[in-house]
Amino acid sequence: MADGGTTSTDLHGAAGAAHAGGYDPMAAKMGMWLFLFTEVLLFGALFIVYGVYLHGFTWQFQQGSARLSIPVGAVNTAILLTSSLTMALAIAALQRARPARARRLLFATVGCAGAFLVIKAFEWAGKFAHGVYPGAAFLLEQSKGEIVFFGLYFTMTGLHALHVLVGVPVILWAGRRIRSGAISPEHSVFLENAGLYWHLVDLIWIYLFPLFYLIS
Amino acid sequence: MDAAAGAAAPNYLRAGKGLASWLTTTDHKRIGILYLIAILVFFLFAVCLGLMIRLELFSPGEQFVGNQGYNRILTLHGITMIFLFIIPSVPAVFGNFFLPIQIGANDVSFPRLNLASWYFYIGGGLFALGSVILGGVDTGWTFYIPYSADTADNVYLPILAAFILGWSSILTGLNFIVTVHRLRVPSMPWFRMPLFVWALYATSWIQILATPVVGITLLLILLERFLGIGIFDPAKEGDPVLYQHLFWIYSHPAVYIMVLPAMGIVSEIVPVFCRKTIFGYKFIAISSLAIAGIGSLVWGHHMFTSGMADLERIVFSLLTFLVAIPSGVKVFNWLATMYKGSIRLATPFLYALAFIFLFSVGGFTGLLQGALSTDIHIHDTSFIVAHFHYTMFGGGGVMFFGALHYWFPKMFGRTYCESVARWAFALFFVGFNCLYFPLFLAGLAGMPRRYADYLPEYLVYHRISSIGSWILVAGIVLMLANLLRALFKGERAGRDPWGGATLEWTVPSPPPTHQFAAPPVVTRGPYEYARERASG
Amino acid sequence: MNAPAQEGHLVPCSVYVWVWAALLCLTAVTVSAKYADLQHLAIFAALLIATVKAGLVVLYFMHVRFEKPIFAVMILVLLATYGIYIGLTFVDYANR
Ligand code: HEM
Ligand SMILES: [Cu+2]
Repeated sequence: MADGGTTSTDLHGAAGAAHAGGYDPMAAKMGMWLFLFTEVLLFGALFIVYGVYLHGFTWQFQQGSARLSIPVGAVNTAILLTSSLTMALAIAALQRARPARARRLLFATVGCAGAFLVIKAFEWAGKFAHGVYPGAAFLLEQSKGEIVFFGLYFTMTGLHALHVLVGVPVILWAGRRIRSGAISPEHSVFLENAGLYWHLVDLIWIYLFPLFYLIS
Repeated sequence: MDAAAGAAAPNYLRAGKGLASWLTTTDHKRIGILYLIAILVFFLFAVCLGLMIRLELFSPGEQFVGNQGYNRILTLHGITMIFLFIIPSVPAVFGNFFLPIQIGANDVSFPRLNLASWYFYIGGGLFALGSVILGGVDTGWTFYIPYSADTADNVYLPILAAFILGWSSILTGLNFIVTVHRLRVPSMPWFRMPLFVWALYATSWIQILATPVVGITLLLILLERFLGIGIFDPAKEGDPVLYQHLFWIYSHPAVYIMVLPAMGIVSEIVPVFCRKTIFGYKFIAISSLAIAGIGSLVWGHHMFTSGMADLERIVFSLLTFLVAIPSGVKVFNWLATMYKGSIRLATPFLYALAFIFLFSVGGFTGLLQGALSTDIHIHDTSFIVAHFHYTMFGGGGVMFFGALHYWFPKMFGRTYCESVARWAFALFFVGFNCLYFPLFLAGLAGMPRRYADYLPEYLVYHRISSIGSWILVAGIVLMLANLLRALFKGERAGRDPWGGATLEWTVPSPPPTHQFAAPPVVTRGPYEYARERASG
Repeated sequence: MNAPAQEGHLVPCSVYVWVWAALLCLTAVTVSAKYADLQHLAIFAALLIATVKAGLVVLYFMHVRFEKPIFAVMILVLLATYGIYIGLTFVDYANR
């Protein structure tokens, strides 16, 4: 555990050599999990808001939900679940020392993410075209609960889509680092953490889908 | 043990030269110092604002800032003191500096993230200051909706500031949790950790589990303001009380972010200056976790008059009384430690005593607010203002200065003038009580909070209070001047000036960049002085 | 303290594929449950299914089943805290 003798004089350069002196995948993973906790609570607060208004505006929420297309939501769910699978398989491939396969699986993941975002964009565009967006005159004429429903819909799916969007460069970067050898079967925690992030994005959608699309 | 290595290596202050070496450092000790400087600057800034509040209140009628100016100064004072001073104060300065040393590590688990969180802090601070340039904000530090969505002032800057500072706080907490789990030396099991580490560990969990909630809630205000999503807007049947729930889900636990680390420092100082093993080590350690846990159960006591359901109010009142128990456990343990100890009334110990007294006053008056019927009377009066200054300033703030005196010799390798430090403390303590105690009485008599003006019958309270603020500030100035002088002219401090037994006292003062050439071997608990004497 | 990392057990790829299949099936179940007239229970059924799915993702895709127990403990702390947030908020809204 000690890096005893190496009291380097270049003190600020050597990225803060702690005791372990460097690679501790457990620490990195624990840090990632704690970060994900904050993400869970970020969305968790929004789910509380959702729950409170569903309780107060049950009927209006059902009406709002009826304006959303179940097939579109279901297809997007399937796409994200598949992307989670390819992500998990990519990590498995890397651990079995098959970096080329791992990278292909990562590209598949990114492809799924892209498909999800494109579908989402069309969905939003459709809503906008029908005058369903915050502050739109058409929406303001609807029942009060519906305004809140769509306020939440755009906030929560928007924040989620933002997380998908952030995931893409992270995964691409992981792919690059596999090629450069910075991520290897022995040093795989970066990829594993990217995977954890991606699965969390999936997990949030698992709740978003039924709560917005399936309550009509 | 590591004397040889320590003598050879330059200390962390001299390890690199120039501003750049500081601004790019990943050494937890240097980051602690960076925080210390920044936090003191913001603190002094907010003290000036506090003085301005007190000047305005020196006499009834509008004095020199006027109503709107008063609201803006008050808001900025609150935001700066809460988000830029008291929340980061102890963990970011002393936690960063001493947590790794106390568990025998050479740094935190993620040193670069640690530096990043300092930059987040500075960024957030600049946003807060930017709001001054844009004319200030009049919402109060709580940003209550719907006013914060409607006011003509630029609320987005301070809201983004609070959001960014939240991330800074989260990253620090994350770092500490992983560090305690992964970098503790193998010879230090959980129940040999110093109590300061226990307190920081519990605090870090609050930071992680509570901060994100307020983060997203503040963003919702911005969405409300710019897009009109309607979630909190009563005109669209959104519910403003829901905002209060979410805000206090964070902001009540936040008071434990402010005070738990301070309690940890008291637990360090009391045994050292009584030369006795701490009484009930395990109870204190566990009660830190208990406070963190129960602290998440009581947020509703800030909303007794906001129109919650009756049952909810009763539940929250009951739970609020529960949270007093673990704090009481700690106070009794400290007193039991002092009992029959050989007490040395040095400055750090004086601050610890002040903490116990002031925090108890704050705690007991808190019970009045936790009781439904009395709270209806004192809600939104200056009683509340007095209460939270006693808990936050008398708790967290006082121990920030207590810790500064306790660890100063270790951090800078110099000792300060003890008698000046005591005089400064005396001024501080007298000024503090003059400043805030009258506000209890004024509040009971009906003086509302957040008002620039008052009826003549409150004059006497406000006069005493304003004079108290000058005494207090004189104490603070004297204290800082004394420390500043010690920085350059103080006598050299030895390795262990107080006779402490935790690991930081085994390394040189100031410590070298790598304080432990080899992982230290811990053979006893952190406060076992008797055995230490026996074994030489 | 540095335990050998998770390398010890390589999870067979087929496990991931099975989990994925189960997740897709459960998605189909929620969608069809919507058309089965469940009235008030509908929302709870949907949440229950979603939670089963989330459990699968956490345990298998996110590896918690194969990690050290400390991760599971931390997740339980998170869930307990979040449960408190939800529970105490609803004591208010259920009794207004
Ligand atoms: C020289 C020191 C200080 C002075 C003179 C001072 C004075 C005051 C006064 C008079 C008020 C109440 C104004 C009103 O309600 O009308 C106030 C509010 C407040 N103070 Fe201080 N204070 C000082 C230090 C602190 C410290 C150290 C903290 C935090 C640890 C703090 C946190 C606050 C907060 C949060 C508010 C409430 C702001 C709001 O209502 O939005 N103050 N201060
Ligand atoms: Cu509170």
